[in-house]
Amino acid sequence: MATAAGTFPQAHEESTIWTWLTTVDHKKIGAMYGVTGFAFFLLAGFEALLIRTQLAVPNGTVVDAERFNQLFSMHALTMIFLAIMPLGASFFNFFLPLMIGARDVAFPRLNALSYWVFLGGALLLTSSFVFGGAPDGGWFAYAPLSAEEFSPGTGLDFYVVGLLLLGTSSLIASLNFAVTVINMRAPGMSMMRLPVFIWMMLVVNFLLILSLPVITVALIQLLFDRNFTTNFFTPSEGGDPILWQHLFWVFAHPEVYVLILPSMGIVSEVLPVFAKKPLFGYSAMVFAGVAIAVLGFAVWSHHMFTTGLDTVPQIVFSASTMAIAVPTGIKIFNWMGTLYGGSIQFNTAMYFAVSFIALFTIGGLSGVMHASPPVDSQQQDSYFIVAHIHYVLFGGAIVGIFSGIYYWFPKLTGRFLDETMGKVHFWTMFIGMNLTFFPMHFLGLSGMPRRIYTYDADLGWETWNMVATIGAYVLAFSVLVFLVNFFTTMRKAPDAPDNPWDAPTLEWATTSPPPEHDFDVIPVVRDRDPLWYDRDNGIEKPEVPAGLHIHLPPPSYFPLLMGGGSLLLGVGVLSHLALTALGVVIIVYSVWGWALEPTD
Amino acid sequence: MAAAEAAHGEHHASAGVDNRMLLMWIFLASECLFFGSLISTYLIFKGESLVRPLPEDVFDIPLTSASTFVLLMSSFTMVLAVYGAQHARPQMMKAALLATIIGGLVFLGFQVFEFKTFADEGLTLSTNQFGASFFVLTGFHGTHVGVGVLYLSSILFGSMRRNGLGKDGGTHVEIVGLYWHFVDIVWIVIFTVVYLIP
Amino acid sequence: MRPSARAITLTIVSLAIVLVTSLLIWLGWDATASDPQTTLDPLSDNARAVNDVYTLITILAGVVMIGVLTLVLAFSFVFRERPGHEAQQIHGNPRLEVFWTLIPVIIVVAIAVPSFQVIVDTTGDAPDKSVEVVATGHQWWFEFEYPELGALTANELHLPVGRSINVELRSGDVIHSFWVPQLSGKVDMVPGHNNRLWFTPEQTGTFLGQCAEFCGTSHAHMRFRVVVESEADFDAWVDSQLADAAPAQGTLAEAGEGIATTICAACHTIRGTTAAGQIGPDLTHVASRTTLASGMFDNDTDNLRDWLADPPDVKPGSKMPNLNLTDEQLDQLVAYLQGLD
Repeated sequence: MATAAGTFPQAHEESTIWTWLTTVDHKKIGAMYGVTGFAFFLLAGFEALLIRTQLAVPNGTVVDAERFNQLFSMHALTMIFLAIMPLGASFFNFFLPLMIGARDVAFPRLNALSYWVFLGGALLLTSSFVFGGAPDGGWFAYAPLSAEEFSPGTGLDFYVVGLLLLGTSSLIASLNFAVTVINMRAPGMSMMRLPVFIWMMLVVNFLLILSLPVITVALIQLLFDRNFTTNFFTPSEGGDPILWQHLFWVFAHPEVYVLILPSMGIVSEVLPVFAKKPLFGYSAMVFAGVAIAVLGFAVWSHHMFTTGLDTVPQIVFSASTMAIAVPTGIKIFNWMGTLYGGSIQFNTAMYFAVSFIALFTIGGLSGVMHASPPVDSQQQDSYFIVAHIHYVLFGGAIVGIFSGIYYWFPKLTGRFLDETMGKVHFWTMFIGMNLTFFPMHFLGLSGMPRRIYTYDADLGWETWNMVATIGAYVLAFSVLVFLVNFFTTMRKAPDAPDNPWDAPTLEWATTSPPPEHDFDVIPVVRDRDPLWYDRDNGIEKPEVPAGLHIHLPPPSYFPLLMGGGSLLLGVGVLSHLALTALGVVIIVYSVWGWALEPTD
Repeated sequence: MAAAEAAHGEHHASAGVDNRMLLMWIFLASECLFFGSLISTYLIFKGESLVRPLPEDVFDIPLTSASTFVLLMSSFTMVLAVYGAQHARPQMMKAALLATIIGGLVFLGFQVFEFKTFADEGLTLSTNQFGASFFVLTGFHGTHVGVGVLYLSSILFGSMRRNGLGKDGGTHVEIVGLYWHFVDIVWIVIFTVVYLIP
Repeated sequence: MRPSARAITLTIVSLAIVLVTSLLIWLGWDATASDPQTTLDPLSDNARAVNDVYTLITILAGVVMIGVLTLVLAFSFVFRERPGHEAQQIHGNPRLEVFWTLIPVIIVVAIAVPSFQVIVDTTGDAPDKSVEVVATGHQWWFEFEYPELGALTANELHLPVGRSINVELRSGDVIHSFWVPQLSGKVDMVPGHNNRLWFTPEQTGTFLGQCAEFCGTSHAHMRFRVVVESEADFDAWVDSQLADAAPAQGTLAEAGEGIATTICAACHTIRGTTAAGQIGPDLTHVASRTTLASGMFDNDTDNLRDWLADPPDVKPGSKMPNLNLTDEQLDQLVAYLQGLD
């Protein structure tokens, strides 16, 4: 097992800060995404705790109206763009090459660039709290509230620039992953042998590639309205606030599938492993995922049912939204079919995966209710929607991510998270989550609008709000348990074997954690569940050929430099355009250096 | 040896298309949505301006037709450049690249002239919805042309320094050609939808 | 293959757990129907039609939820690993998969048809001879005008029972939303657009409404009341609203009128005086309203005084500034305004 001399530090060598700053290794980049994403998850959770504490009692005084409005806006923005998406990107980064039998992604330096641009955007958006106030128009920043006239100050400008940077990062990453899946599969890995997780990733990438440009245009138009005297969204000058809503939701609806599909993919990987039988209905799972994505582009106006849409658009978008229930149902039933007849080992990863099915079903059912415009006319903009959102995003996306963390922890770090603490984490999170979000259905039905910083005592909302706040603290405790588990586990020495779970997919065919070069020998794939096939047919791991020469892409500081340049570009838009010019110069220099840099 | 090559991972392309070419294709798909959104915005605001000038007040169709012709010709020279690259005729490739760059610059010159003329006639970003949607759409298209010119220039410069095409053959030229043709096609759509259709 | 006794028992246990949970949920749901601003106690034709569709969907969703949760729980119990039992290596079952594709399609159609019917019913034109109301949302209060009757008021809408009401929805600034759950689903008030909703209230009473589209700092405080009353009471109310402001009674109130026509007149109208400001709510009959500051609190002396003393303190971001009135001026103004029945 030889690496070309001097090409790359060995896995056991010292990693310095510089190693991390210049890495182009998908595993290190995945780790950075994961740690950063989780840190922002904690931040967004803290914002939620403040929100819930303020709403625990009527006429609360924990935070004032202005601060509350910033908190709920940033809670959503942080959770969506700085937590769930990067955590998904973290798994994609680490596991895409391993699961398809490649050594890295198609464009390693582009991969690093997407992380640094993400970090810049994340820091810029979050820094708004300190520089004049965070965005306070909600995460969808509807016009004309977002106009300079109604939102003076810089919060919404941070929103625009931050999201432009974050969108750029996501686009770059998606292009990279899409090319990787299409072009870099190991011999025998046909498309219909790809793990479902990878299929979901591919679908997510195409959703982002096709939807991000639309919000980019919307953000540019908002930037221009606020700073360059255009009137795209100003009614008195011939503009239309509803245009913002259309452009925003054409992006943001596919975005919600971007948030849930990775976790659906994770659950599709975890369930078969611990039920000890193959995934039920692989083809249907793949087609259902694709169908959800395609239909996902045809439903956006269901967020606009109450804006005064005409009869026909209401009917059309209602029909398409209800139609999505069908492929979603297929997935749920196929997961249940995977459990049926199994020999189920209930460890923490499996607890999370099974509860995903239940919690996501509840969230999906409330979603079907909103799909009916008459029903939506009562539920829209109320806590019923908040309940729906959190069942699918917490009970779905977050729970799925935790399942993946427990499942893949040995592969990522060579250690097992403690199972006892894991079960405590699971049960407190499950109870906390339901305690927090189920009552919100009742609050919505009781007429409580969303995004209100306080409420009166005469409306009958106190009890459920208090219950929800207690639930939020239980949730916080559960996350604390996980953190303790994580830190105590990382102090142990790594001792995990290659495939402790007897799992079928290729990432388990190498060491835990994998060496720098991922695989000693690129595997040959003979079945959809490659390692189970090899196990059942007595196929041995291939011999490492003599004189093996593995080329790995060398580290580079140009992605870091270019990321810094793009951050400077954004900062300049918010302060002095001279900084933007400097940022452009740095970017151009980085592109030049990048193009001329030797890659072998 | 097959294992060593597989280990190298360099020329492995399951879909039979070079990675970078595939990257450009998929990137252009997202660009379709980008320009689609800008063009949609323009169409939505057609007829919604509250004050003049309106398109019929400022458009100079003959002039814009000329600049359109220049851009289309640059696509033709781009095809020649790709041909030269693929058939190991470096002189032809370099000359055609230079012609394409010049075509792009002339087009941009026309755009700048047009923007200035419109501004003199009272049409700016803030004047009305026509001004806002027109300048944002054509401004971003012009930016894309500009980036294309820079991209072409770096390839031309690179090939002149190396005095050859490098081991990648015509791939880089093909890729920039794809981008250039796309920017052209977008202009044809803009020209038709914005300038020609009343 | 017949399921074993063990499997049947565990499935029944699962069903029991799920049914108990569902019962608790149902109890919570049922209790919500008596809340003051509830969506579950419809008292108009529109709200009733919406509630009927909602009830249908909830029942179907409930059945699906009970089914899915029961099976997930049952499978977890029944198929937990035990010695001597291997997992069945099934890859799929095409017939079963077709079945569970068709069932959701049927359920979806069952939901779609009544939904579409209600859409058509509620997006058509309002019935003839509806009472016309123009509701305009402002940051953070509601303006109500009766164009055919000539009345103009704020934050409290009076309607005659049993007659169709057509509400035209406008906005003076950002997007708001008009929502009175017991009387109608919500429709947004979008500046530059002419949205509307209509309904026929079926019972007299006072109903609570609230803005339901985030509209800035005090979105939480943008509430309103709808008073549905008999035709006779409504006519009497309209007549009283059409009258000019009552003259000030007593020296305290007269001094208050002086303040109102000088300071308050910058933003407010009090018909019959020189106050003709167009920015804030019409105050001609402010004392006739049951609440102040857009439904924030009851209209009594203490609340009125606190409001006048420092509006932004009471309602963050309020466009009505702190006018730095002295205690004496406050007494005078309160006395005057409380006379404006």
